[in-house]
Amino acid sequence: MAEAPRIAIFGATSAIAQSVARAYAARGARFFLVARDAGKLDAVHADLLARGAAQSRTRAADLSRTAPHRELVDAAADALAGIDVALIAHGTLPDQARCQQSFEEAQRALDVNFTSAASLVHELVNRFEKRGQGMVVVLGSVAGDRGRQSNYVYGAAKGALALYLQGVRHRVHGTNVRVLTVKPGFVDTPMTAAFPKGALWASPERVARDIVRAIDAGASREIYVPGFWRAIMALVRAVPERIFVRTRL
Amino acid sequence: MSAAALERLSWGRFPRQSAARVHALHWRDEVLPAAAPLLPRGCGSSYGDSCLNAGGTLLDTTRLDRLIAFDRTRGILRCEAGATFEQLLDVIVPSGWFLPVSPGTRRVTVAGAIANDVHGKNHHRAGTFGAHVRALELVRSDGSRLECSRASHAEIFNATIGGLGLTGLVTWAEFDLRRIASAFLDVETVRFHGVDEFLALSRESHERFEHTVAWVDAASRGRAFARGLFMRANHAENGPLAPRSGKHRLAIPFDFPALALSRLPVRAFNAVHFHATRPGSARVHLEPFFYPLDAIGHWNRMYGRRGFVQHQCVVPMGPAPEAVRALLDAITASGEASFLSVLKVFGDRPSPGMLSFPRPGVTLALDFPMRGERTLALLERLDAIVMEAGGAIYPAKDARMSRETFRRSFPRLAEFLPHVDAAFSSSFWRRVHG
Repeated sequence: MAEAPRIAIFGATSAIAQSVARAYAARGARFFLVARDAGKLDAVHADLLARGAAQSRTRAADLSRTAPHRELVDAAADALAGIDVALIAHGTLPDQARCQQSFEEAQRALDVNFTSAASLVHELVNRFEKRGQGMVVVLGSVAGDRGRQSNYVYGAAKGALALYLQGVRHRVHGTNVRVLTVKPGFVDTPMTAAFPKGALWASPERVARDIVRAIDAGASREIYVPGFWRAIMALVRAVPERIFVRTRL
Repeated sequence: MSAAALERLSWGRFPRQSAARVHALHWRDEVLPAAAPLLPRGCGSSYGDSCLNAGGTLLDTTRLDRLIAFDRTRGILRCEAGATFEQLLDVIVPSGWFLPVSPGTRRVTVAGAIANDVHGKNHHRAGTFGAHVRALELVRSDGSRLECSRASHAEIFNATIGGLGLTGLVTWAEFDLRRIASAFLDVETVRFHGVDEFLALSRESHERFEHTVAWVDAASRGRAFARGLFMRANHAENGPLAPRSGKHRLAIPFDFPALALSRLPVRAFNAVHFHATRPGSARVHLEPFFYPLDAIGHWNRMYGRRGFVQHQCVVPMGPAPEAVRALLDAITASGEASFLSVLKVFGDRPSPGMLSFPRPGVTLALDFPMRGERTLALLERLDAIVMEAGGAIYPAKDARMSRETFRRSFPRLAEFLPHVDAAFSSSFWRRVHG
């Protein structure tokens, strides 16, 4: 990884994306930032420039609409004169109860968290494949590792996304295109503001440190952040379904 | 939210009180919650109850930590309220800039530094942090947003500096930085014996040194009475600009038993510290010079579960020698011991802050393990000496001063009161005023 890479961030106002971006801003990275809210986007843009980013361009866009994705990726590549790393960090945490009442609500959550992310990966990887290099980093979730009554719509979207990325990784094997799936555990962000926080919760900075290390290493695999979630999720997946269904997880 | 999450402690961990709600702010354009009383809270590094809001709402500002603009040529930084000095130093030091004023810890937010109008070892030259603030945005509970400076909304600007978070929510601030050529300082350490020698050293040093501070052995008696180590320093004129010294950090992993900092161990420690510290000159990184205690995570746990209380006063120069001696005498007579005792002569650069604590004279900072009534009784005696000398007590360090002491400490209180936002309050404020 270049010391000062060219980075496109989709969902640049997410807390984890901001923390990752700060680490690269200090190294003089160049950014193309996309998020829905123009005001928040400006705040992130100014922060990165003040921290030493060599360049930052912004584009306010609703990423749940997939039609403009190709044009958006083209614009990012033009602005940066090539993308070294693309970070896909947008998403929403839907209200499971509302998703059960209204499939429209569930579909919106599936569209944002799976379809729109998959569409961006599609555009980026096709471009990277042609160029012979590039890295896609996608924020998934431990929620995608097992269907649970409390959060299965979000979990299904993130689980599908992990499978999709696994397939893309398989496809680009042997090339210089890298696909990094990041599965954060509980992270203290605006998305999880309503949850009581316990010992398993990590700060966005803590999680970002692990992500930056994996990006710098050019890792093309699945990582859990913080790392202890790999063991927790191995256990959660190992519980037989006839026992699991009796829990309220 | 669980009870543990709502019990946000102050640095002294006394008193222990819980807020009813903690409301985290993430963006500076957010609307304030309606559930009054509100109190902005950053790192919670105030020692007593000025960062507590029992039964109220704490506005957690620590995620408002973005930079807004950093003019590396002129040394002007604008950032969000919750950015900490620790975060800022990592950005500004490599560019050859330092904070205009820094307290003895980096674990303070910019808005916390403004709300307490903090001072540092350069007060004799630079004044308080508030003296370097160019502008800030204040959000009031009526929804209004005021961009305040000396030129615009000057009255409320002056009320907000040192205003203990009571005038509204500061969302961002802009302030001047100080140019440095190196992250190192040339430090001289000189021993002194007695208050008069300390004052003579201060007089002699203030022209030549940008930073001065003294550690005083507040447990010594007889010929050793008020002995101490005087440190004076200037920024080195060349050298590397690494923001961190790279030294490993220790942490206190659990609450020490209450006896650890009682009188005998403190007397022994002080004697060893006085004799083991070699007078002389050294070039040291800014980290151990400005933030020696930051190297020990959770050092407040040394005081055990009951916590500790600080007492920081300032007394005018005239009565200062007598008053400082009387304060040290009162401690020795009480059988209590102050572990970390710091003396400094403040300068006369005025602060815009109406409730600003520093003023010309001598300041003495003390800390005592909280042992209930006997500790509180000693602090009352210390207050009486300070009031007699026409001095003041520092709210950021306080958990127990009387209403009368507070009123007498801040002669501009009446001028400040109209600027308090009615929806804002703190445990401290209800105790000393409300």
